[in-house]
Amino acid sequence: MTILAIDTSNYPLGVALIEDNQVLGEYITNLKKNHSVRIMPAIQTLMKDCERVPAQLAKIVVAKGPGSYTGVRIGVTIAKTMAWSLKIPLVGISSLEIIAAGAGRYFDGYISPLFDARRGQIYTGLYEYQCGELTTVKNDRLVLSADWAESLKELEKPILFAGNDLALHQAVIKDALSSQAVFAAITEHNPRPSELALLGKNKQGEDIHSFVPNYIRLAEAEAKWLEANGKISKG
Amino acid sequence: MIKDQWIMGIETSCDETAVAIIKNGREIAANVVASQIESHKRFGGVVPEIASRHHVEQITLIIEEALKEANLTFSDLDAIAVTEGPGLVGALLIGVNAAKALAFAHNIPLVPVHHIAGHIYANRLVTELRFPLLSLVVSGGHTELVYMKEQGHFEVIGETRDDAAGEAYDKVARTLKLPYPGGPHIDRLAQEGSDTLNLPRAWLEEGSYDFSFSGLKSAVINTVHNAEQRGEIITPEDLAASFQESVIEVLVKKTVKATAEYKVKQVLLAGGVAANKGLRKALKTAFSDKADIDLVIPPLNLCTDNAAMIAAAGSIMFEKGIRADLTLNANPGLEIELYN
Ligand SMILES: [Zn+2]
Repeated sequence: MTILAIDTSNYPLGVALIEDNQVLGEYITNLKKNHSVRIMPAIQTLMKDCERVPAQLAKIVVAKGPGSYTGVRIGVTIAKTMAWSLKIPLVGISSLEIIAAGAGRYFDGYISPLFDARRGQIYTGLYEYQCGELTTVKNDRLVLSADWAESLKELEKPILFAGNDLALHQAVIKDALSSQAVFAAITEHNPRPSELALLGKNKQGEDIHSFVPNYIRLAEAEAKWLEANGKISKG
Repeated sequence: MIKDQWIMGIETSCDETAVAIIKNGREIAANVVASQIESHKRFGGVVPEIASRHHVEQITLIIEEALKEANLTFSDLDAIAVTEGPGLVGALLIGVNAAKALAFAHNIPLVPVHHIAGHIYANRLVTELRFPLLSLVVSGGHTELVYMKEQGHFEVIGETRDDAAGEAYDKVARTLKLPYPGGPHIDRLAQEGSDTLNLPRAWLEEGSYDFSFSGLKSAVINTVHNAEQRGEIITPEDLAASFQESVIEVLVKKTVKATAEYKVKQVLLAGGVAANKGLRKALKTAFSDKADIDLVIPPLNLCTDNAAMIAAAGSIMFEKGIRADLTLNANPGLEIELYN
């Protein structure tokens, strides 16, 4: 069973092919370059190098956000279109969960992967490996990094923070959590596409037509409209 | 026997998610359009981020509907034509990436199409094109006169220097507090009023085929403002009629002049504003005594954004050997003369 994984949700661009119990290949860069131009050629090259053709794919796993709205949409559009047209299952995985899966596999404690979301905010969630399975402790959210760190104080285990934007929030986290906070090395910050493939390997396919990114945040115009019209904003 | 040519068109440049399949460049086998107008109405215009979100929601569903309607599978397709630009970048990206994914997954040639080339080629779904021809393109984002000496070759001989005609319509509609999209409302009101306000016509310098609508837009706003200050009442019908008459007179006279200078055989109307009744009528009248020039006006559903027009243009581009590889990107400022 050949699985293709695609992640364009933030600056890292990742593609992986896994098969049965091995990683056939993976490609990852962490650059401020155009995903729309580079992702399809990356998929094409990796598949060619691994001597696989689209008809051999059994499943597609995609990073569904949070992240850059445009970035997430590029990956999700390609994954949806390929999976639907090849009549194979599509699985979406949290972009944060991919980092947690790689960075925290052998860490005894909680894992808080994060992406910067400007104005002191981060996209983050809380994960933990239990008996070798990655589980969600707190759902992905948009939160001030200071508030997030404060809310984690009550936990009794150490917390591993990972993600390429960590440097922007490290001081705030350290202030609140001191030695309870552990910071991942730079080699753990990129979401590994093979981890994405593995996370989706045993998950059921989702309804492809209605599959959408998890933006976490409403579009700004919509949030404003809901506010102006006295409706409760869920964003 | 020559094999039939089947082209799928994908169009997501603004607020319609559209997929169509065209046989032999001219016959519509499927033409599916999912409009987002209802969703954008409450914001008084198209919100790019929301448009992009809707496209992702709709894209595979619309592709499926088109294939079902045409009763075809991917292996029947000769090419996938997709709007590369111009348009909203985030919206274009959905169509472009869906098209690339299909092209790769099923090994189908990918053909990039300019949105305006698509609008012009909507006419080929009505009648065969005869060259040389002139196309008057009027839409929310464009007002231009395009000369074509042959299939797939475009030369812009005149274009707007400021607002597109459609933009002027939207702004005047807002002045009149008409709901979005305002164009059809102005067209409707104009049928009930008369051209009494003597609004300016922007002819620009002698011999120019360019357009300008910002002065007219300001004149409308000033006229309303001055009337309010004097306590006079201008009926919206007369304002709409006066505004529309000014736009149409310039469009039609410049088109007629260009057809004479360029000795064209055909005049094509293209773009969303081509749905405007006043413009259609004025063009018909202007060309009624010119038996040697064939005026073509597509039906309303082919004037507004659709993918049949993209597939129709894509058919010619495909025959010309134009292909995109998997690095194809959305290009919001794409020039129509690029693929000549
Ligand atoms: Zn258009």
